[in-house]
Parts: sequence; C-alpha cells; structure tokens
Amino acid sequence: MTTIVEQAFGRRFINRLRDRPLASLLNVAISLAGIALIAWIAWGLFSWGVVNAVWTSDTGAEACRGATGACWAVIEARWRVILFGLYPYDEQWRSVLGGIAIVIVSILSCLPVFWTARRLAGLWLVGFAIFYGLMRGGVFGLSVVPEASWGGLSLTIFIFVATVLLGMPMAIMLALLRRSSMPVISSAAALVIDSVRSLPLLSILFTAAVIVPFLVPQGMSGDKLYRVIAGCAIFFAAYQAEVIRSGMQAVGRGQEEAATALGLSYRHHVGYILMPQAFRYALPPTISQIVIAFKETSLVVIVGFFELMASANAAYGTGEWRFAYVEVYVFVAILYFVFIFSLSRYGAYLERNMRVGKI
Amino acid sequence: MRAPTLRGSKASWLIQALFIAAVVFLVWLVVDFTRSNLQAQGVTFGFGFLNRSTGWSVNYSLIPYSTTDPYWKVLVIGLMNTLWLGAISLTFATLLGVLVAIARTVTNRVFNFIGLMFVETFRNIPILLQVFFWFAVFTNLPNPRNAISYGDMVFLSARGIFVPGLNVTLGMAFWALAAVLAGAGVLIWIYNARRFKRIEPKARTRLALGVLAVTVIAALILLYLGRKPDTDLISIPARRGLNFSGGIQIGPEVSTMITAITIYGAAYISEIVRAGLISVGKGQIEAATALGLSPWQIFTRIRMALAFRMILPSLTNQYIWLIKATTLGIAVGFSDFFMVVAVSITQSGHTIELIGILMAGFLAINYTLAQVFNRINRAIALPGARAGS
Repeated sequence: MTTIVEQAFGRRFINRLRDRPLASLLNVAISLAGIALIAWIAWGLFSWGVVNAVWTSDTGAEACRGATGACWAVIEARWRVILFGLYPYDEQWRSVLGGIAIVIVSILSCLPVFWTARRLAGLWLVGFAIFYGLMRGGVFGLSVVPEASWGGLSLTIFIFVATVLLGMPMAIMLALLRRSSMPVISSAAALVIDSVRSLPLLSILFTAAVIVPFLVPQGMSGDKLYRVIAGCAIFFAAYQAEVIRSGMQAVGRGQEEAATALGLSYRHHVGYILMPQAFRYALPPTISQIVIAFKETSLVVIVGFFELMASANAAYGTGEWRFAYVEVYVFVAILYFVFIFSLSRYGAYLERNMRVGKI
Repeated sequence: MRAPTLRGSKASWLIQALFIAAVVFLVWLVVDFTRSNLQAQGVTFGFGFLNRSTGWSVNYSLIPYSTTDPYWKVLVIGLMNTLWLGAISLTFATLLGVLVAIARTVTNRVFNFIGLMFVETFRNIPILLQVFFWFAVFTNLPNPRNAISYGDMVFLSARGIFVPGLNVTLGMAFWALAAVLAGAGVLIWIYNARRFKRIEPKARTRLALGVLAVTVIAALILLYLGRKPDTDLISIPARRGLNFSGGIQIGPEVSTMITAITIYGAAYISEIVRAGLISVGKGQIEAATALGLSPWQIFTRIRMALAFRMILPSLTNQYIWLIKATTLGIAVGFSDFFMVVAVSITQSGHTIELIGILMAGFLAINYTLAQVFNRINRAIALPGARAGS
C-alpha cells in the first residue's frame, strides 16, 4: 500500500504527511476551501459581468429589463457624460485633445532628457498653454467654455497634474525652511506643515472654495477651480515636505561637509548635492504621495466640480438608468484602478532604476 | 540645510524680523478685508451666535436634539458622531486588516492570493467612490415590506439595517460604551505599564478585578438610567406597516460610512501589519519552535508581540488619516463634525469662527490620538531602544 502511494506522490510528499499529518491535511482542506471561494467569486463576476450581461442600448434602459447580469448598456448610453461631465456636447473633442496633451507632456517629462529645471518648466508651460487654450477657448475662434463647465476625466487629470506640479516646489521650499537654522522661520514652516497635516483635505477645499472670497477684496479671488487646485497643492505639499525632509536626513553629513569644503554656495549645495540624493532616498514614499494625490482629486466633487466622480453620479442618477448604479461605479472604478495601478507600477520601475548608488 | 555662516549673524536676525513683519502685515490685510466683506453682508465677528437656536435638524444624533437647540449643541453632536463613527470603523478596519495581513503572510498560496486581491482592489479605488458605491447599495436594498431578513431578527432594507437592541436611549448607550472602553483601557494599562510591574501579581490581579467590577457596575447603572420606561429590556425589530418598529435602526448613511472606512482602512492597515510581521526575524520564530511553543503561542507571544512595536507608529498615522476620512460623510448626508460645521456656516454666515472651531476640533482629536499612541509606543519600546524606532 505504502509503496503505491510512494510511487504516485514521491517520497518527500509522504514524509511531509508523516511529519505533520494533521497540519498538512488541514492545510490542504483550507487551500481547497480558498480555491472554492475564489472560484465562486470569479464565476459570479463572470456570469454577472459577461455571460448574462446586456451590452447594447438600442432600446434605452428597456434593453436591461429582466436581465440577470450587468447592464453595460448604461456605459454605451452615458459614456460621454461619464468622461466629459458638463462640457458642451459639440466641443468635447477639445476636452479629449486637452487631456491627451497633458498626458503626453506628463510622459515626456518622465524622460531623463527633460530633467533640467529649465526644460521641465518650458515643457509644462507649453503643455498647460495647449490645455488651457483648448479647454477654455477664446483663441483661434474657439468658443469660450468657463471653468465651471469643465468636467470628467480631463478635469481630473488636470487637477491632479497641477496639484503635483504646484505642490512639489512648495514641498521643497517648506522642507528647506523647516531645516533652516533660523528659529522663527523653521518653526513657522513646522507650524504650517503640522496644521495642514492635521486637517481633513475636505476642510481645506471648503476653505478654498467658500471662505477665501471673504478674506480678499471683492473680485480678487480668481476662479474657484484655481483656488481649489491651490488648496490641493498646499495639502500635498505639507505631506510631501515631510517626505523630502526625511530624504534629506538620509543624506550623509559627510556630503554636506564635503560640499562646504569644496566652497560650494548654499544654492549649489542644495541643487547639486542635497536634493538629487534626497529625492532618490524619498522616492518610494513620494510615489505613494502622488498616488494618494490622484485619488484625492475625487474629493473636489464635494465643492461642486464635475470631475470623473461627479459625472459618474450624474450618469446613473437620471431617471431611466437609476437601477444601473453598480455598472457605472464599476466602470469608473476600473478607470481609476488603471490610472493608479499604472502610476504605482511606474513608481516601482523608477525605484528599481534610481536607487542611490545606481546612477 | 544648515548654513553655519548665517547662524546668529545680523543678516539672519534681519531676515527673521522681516519675515515676522511680512506675516503680521499679511494677517492684518486679511483681517481688514474680511471685516469689510462681512460688514457688507451685515455679519459681525463673535461667538455669540453659538447660543442662538439653529432652526434646522440633523439626521443622526446620539443625544436628543430639536430644531430649537443652540448651535453649540449641534457642534457637539457633530463631534460625537465623528468620534462614534471613528471608534466603530477603526475597530472593524483593524480587525479586518489584521486578518488580511495574516492571510498574506501564512504559508498558503491560496490565502496569499486572496489577501493580495483584497488589498490591490480596495487600495486602488478612491475612498469617495467606495462611499458612493456603498451608499447606492444600501439605499437600493428592498423596501421594508420586502426586506431581506435573517432569522426574523436582522432586517436589511432601504430604510436601513434593523438589528435587535436594548431599550436604552442612544446617548446613555454611548456613555456606557465609553465607560467599558475606559475600563478596558485602564486594564491594559495596569497589565502593561512599568509602574504596576512593581506591585505583587496577586495585588495586581485584585486591582484589575476591582477595575473590572467598577466598569461593569458603572455600565449597568448607565444603561439602567437610560432605560426607556415601560418596555422590555431587549427589543427585536418587527415589521409594522411600511416600516419597522423596535430594535436599532442603522441608517444607510451610517452603514455606508462604516463599510467604506472599514474596507478601505483595512486594505491600508493590512499592509502596515504585514510589514511588521515580515520584519520579525526568522531566528526568533525558529527559537520559539525549538523551545516547543505551539503555533498559537508563537503567533501571539512572539510574532505579534514583536511586530507590534514596528506597526504602532505607522498605525497611528493611518488612524489619524482614517479619522479625517469621516468627513466624507458629507457626501452621503451623515452629520459628522465637518458636515455640521459646513451647514452652520451656510446658515449663520459666521464663517471664520466656525472654521476656527473645525480646525480646533480636528487638531484636538488628532493631537489626542497621537499623544495616546505615542505614550503606548514609549511604554512598549524595548529598554535602551531609540525613541520612535
């Protein structure tokens, strides 16, 4: 008997069973239960999302009547609302081009060729000029679309990119000020960082959207969109400042002493010695801060912007599609997931290739 | 960056003096503009409005509230709701997070995979989307007449989830729970703080039993005081017409917030816990195995105990973050602290004062949380280890 089993499964398997028979039997049973659970979920999702799903909306919401699966017809019917929000229907191509411009510039600025302050600044100026010209219009005969009507995916990407671009220099400033040897300045920076960090982002957005107009003379508060972006940027900067500061602390003291001994000025020391190394040390937490910033753009819906999240609500909230909320949210969740997952994958790639000592 | 040449020099003091002057000037400017803006609206600065009655109602409150109650009371209600929601969802998130972390670290590929899927899915979707999703789910449950029922005790309906409960006012239940939590805190303190290690074990046990008895009696007294007159102690929900009577109704807003924060928080907490579990050296486990400890003992006495020190600082940050996430309640109409402040601002016009109160409230919550966890962190640190490491 034993020899047959031995021949079938091999000596090692038998020995393992013999050593811890109960534990491994239990382990096998648990594994099978786990596999059953996964299969059950996967099958449920597959039959709901593919097999029993309704894909086309020729007859509007009626097409989904009686269907036991997902009603993807809602996406076909409402995808323009989901992706563009309130943006005027006939002008939505501008929103597409604007979004594409921002994404292209983002990808370009990931190339080492552009990694000097001047080139990056030039690139982004051009990128934002194209985006603004397309989205707002008023040039080259394009009709004006005010910021309040921007919406959907382009707005989400714009707020995210602007937040990070504006927030990063602020973060570097705050981190440097916090390390300053002047007590008044360093404690002021610490106060700003700590108080922003202890507040919810929503209260900062609320302040930016509703309260700032009270604090400045009438008509000087600028458009709500830019105030809200500034709020997001300050919030991002407060967290990122601490990340950069920890990166700076990781740079050995010898580096600073060597720079001083070489007679480098403070500016050159910071620009050529301190920051490049600090950034490499701080890369993993920086990536996660950027990912968090992307997720948090969704909060601007609370102060009345029509970005991806709000358009999702609008897409199913209107009369006939009210039942199809799961499909709309799943679709938007997949969009977010794809963006966030690619961001963090790219971050992991950077981490592998930019470790200190590697370049 | 240190700049030794500037330290204490005249230039440095000049820069700092200019900085202070600039800040003072800026603040003065803002105050001036604000004053004239508010005057144009006919609102004056001051906290007197806190005693005015609100005239509007909140949809979720732990203590009795009517529209004639003053503003300060509605703010207290908001603060209580935030703490209440935070306490429940942080507890659930921690429990679920630890479970997922264990699933990801055991030597079983299937469980590793399930844990991985959970974390990657829920971490990569914004929490606000999850809030909206769960709200849509909870408000699209069947109406009370067709409610999903579990053993005729628990009912799921679009009006909320109905569970059996004690016939006690919500406010008193809150204080009773607070008493139990405080008692548990004192017990943990007695068993872990160094100052009690000096007492004899027997005396310590007696002390702990005393605390336990006081806690139970206090909770029972509080529950008795809060008991609704002429009712059974336990009330079970029952269908009555178009709604339910009896039991505890958990509205869709509360269920939404608890579910969303629990799941999203668990995805993050599990990563923190997993990092802690991984950081425990293999040698420790092998030594424990060699000593003949059982797997359960190894887990509780060695792995978890050692990992806890690694976990606590990041967990504190995560808790503070999750407390701040309760403000998303405004998206589904849960009257947390932030929502109450926001409504008060639009109703009373006292913008600056209320934002000040909001900031003070969150600073107080976060500071207290950080202090408590730092105390625990210091208490459990290995003797001689660097603080915070």
